[in-house]
Amino acid sequence: MEKFQPVAGNGLLDRRAFLRGGAALAAAMTGYARAEPLAEAPWSKEPGELVPAYGTPSKFEKAAVRTLSNPKGEPRTSHARTPHQLLQGTATPNGLHFTISHAGNADIDPAQHRLAIHGLVKRALVFTPETLSRYPLVSRFAFVECGGNSAPLFSPEPIQATVQAIHGLASCAEWTGVPLTTLLEETGVDAKAKWVIAEGADSPHLSRSVPLEKILDDAMVALYQNSERVMPGQGYPMRLLLPGWEGNMNVKWLRRLELTEQPAMSYYESRTYAPILPSGKAYQFYFIQEVKSFITQPSVGFGMKGPGFYEISGIAYSGNGRITKVMVSADAGKTWAEAALQEPVMSKSFTRFRIPWQWNGGPAVLQSRAWDALGNVQPTRAEIVAQRGVASRVPPPTAFPSQHYNAITSWAIDANGSVRHVYA
Amino acid sequence: MSTPRLVALLLACGTAHAAGPNLGQPLTHAELAAWNIHVLPDGTNLPKGTGTSAQGASVYAQKCAHCHGEAGKGAVSAALVGAPPIKSIDATKTIANFWPYPTTLFDFIRRSMPWQAPRSLSDDEVYALTAYILAQNKLIGENDVMNAETLPKVKMPNRDGFTPRFPNLMPPRSGRDL
Repeated sequence: MEKFQPVAGNGLLDRRAFLRGGAALAAAMTGYARAEPLAEAPWSKEPGELVPAYGTPSKFEKAAVRTLSNPKGEPRTSHARTPHQLLQGTATPNGLHFTISHAGNADIDPAQHRLAIHGLVKRALVFTPETLSRYPLVSRFAFVECGGNSAPLFSPEPIQATVQAIHGLASCAEWTGVPLTTLLEETGVDAKAKWVIAEGADSPHLSRSVPLEKILDDAMVALYQNSERVMPGQGYPMRLLLPGWEGNMNVKWLRRLELTEQPAMSYYESRTYAPILPSGKAYQFYFIQEVKSFITQPSVGFGMKGPGFYEISGIAYSGNGRITKVMVSADAGKTWAEAALQEPVMSKSFTRFRIPWQWNGGPAVLQSRAWDALGNVQPTRAEIVAQRGVASRVPPPTAFPSQHYNAITSWAIDANGSVRHVYA
Repeated sequence: MSTPRLVALLLACGTAHAAGPNLGQPLTHAELAAWNIHVLPDGTNLPKGTGTSAQGASVYAQKCAHCHGEAGKGAVSAALVGAPPIKSIDATKTIANFWPYPTTLFDFIRRSMPWQAPRSLSDDEVYALTAYILAQNKLIGENDVMNAETLPKVKMPNRDGFTPRFPNLMPPRSGRDL
């Protein structure tokens, strides 16, 4: 049992323990509980349900849905948050991918939709979804994260809310589409072009300005999401995908790309996604979703079943590239152990981390901290508060007191096994 | 911009057609007109038309007050008038205390408002509403006329209140940047 010696305080075990030793050893650590006699269940004794044309999850998984900020469709933005605490792996199911729509989801007939590329180009061109689908396609995984994700952490007091409420405005999918370099080769690019203004066909005609450099680096007109057509809430029939960059810039229902010398200074870039700093000035053009991680299991609402073995699991990602390391603490950051990263670890994508944990039943504070390929390290709460400040009052959980919070999240577990959000 | 990618693209453009599928259709300026609504901070692409605060007041009462309240005081939607000081990171951002460019106001009203029926206002009505909101905020005079010449010249109080998060990711400034 040597390999189950803790590697950090409060019972964190070596991340390789089960790769070497086999899962059966887990039971050896806690002892066996006596099992009930096994019996044939009703569903084993008669044929099952009709096989549907489009499958949906089991009726026993009704809790695994998005939470809605505007269920009645009042004249304001609607948010739907991903239930990270009920998911594993890294590909967010399409029906659970977070959505923010500023005036509902546009209901677009793809036969009528067009994408225009114009401005500082040699030849302005217009494309239909059908013609774009005939182009050479590429697929890649990428997370998309709202610039306002994790905003409750700007509260001066820890808000008691689930990981879904706090971090649910980030999701990850495999996107398939046409690289924008392919389309710009056909339109040509005027040497004066520096920005690309992207605009949606939704009723707000949402628009954002993107540096041409990013468009040429890894931008895509995405047509498919996890192998099926992009969902309406993700911009059907097409969205701009800017891997690793602020979600709002990944313009949905994309209809127009205009190459320009100057940025548009649109509403969303000059006002909404411009977080105020303690100095009174504001950041403009934040662009990058910086390195972040959070523990999804256990987290607020998780039912701890008494002392014994648990796996701590969570998500890490960085808009700058791959995740290279995630460290986990069970004692509020006093000691740390390195978590296992689930392969494949992909650039600008969710990376699942896991570490075995022997909970002794006493108080514990769980934290995770990520590093990315550019050497960026996820900040501590003290660091981000020093740089970015805190809100003047405790906001409602769905409010956005500021944006772009990427510091460490802490979950405290008490002797009863209840999990609370704390600042540590 | 001097990346290998851009150089390659510019070279490719020397030929009549790139080697790709070439499935796009040529688009003329006239064909694009209904969609070509971007207004840039220097006034590029502002349409013809004109409006005053007095004209804007009646449009506002009919089409905006329902959500934004009487005289822009705010209701179910944000207040459009007022400039509370920015004393905290969660301060309320308003047109007068935060928005850096007057052109954004015209652009946003024209593309997104009214919420229930965007693109239903004439350009004159958008100029008039822009004038009304700027005048209510005392950023222009009551009798000032807003048009493609005058609007970009309106000085917003928080024009210099911003800094890029990652300056190295910002494209070089062009002669046309304000």
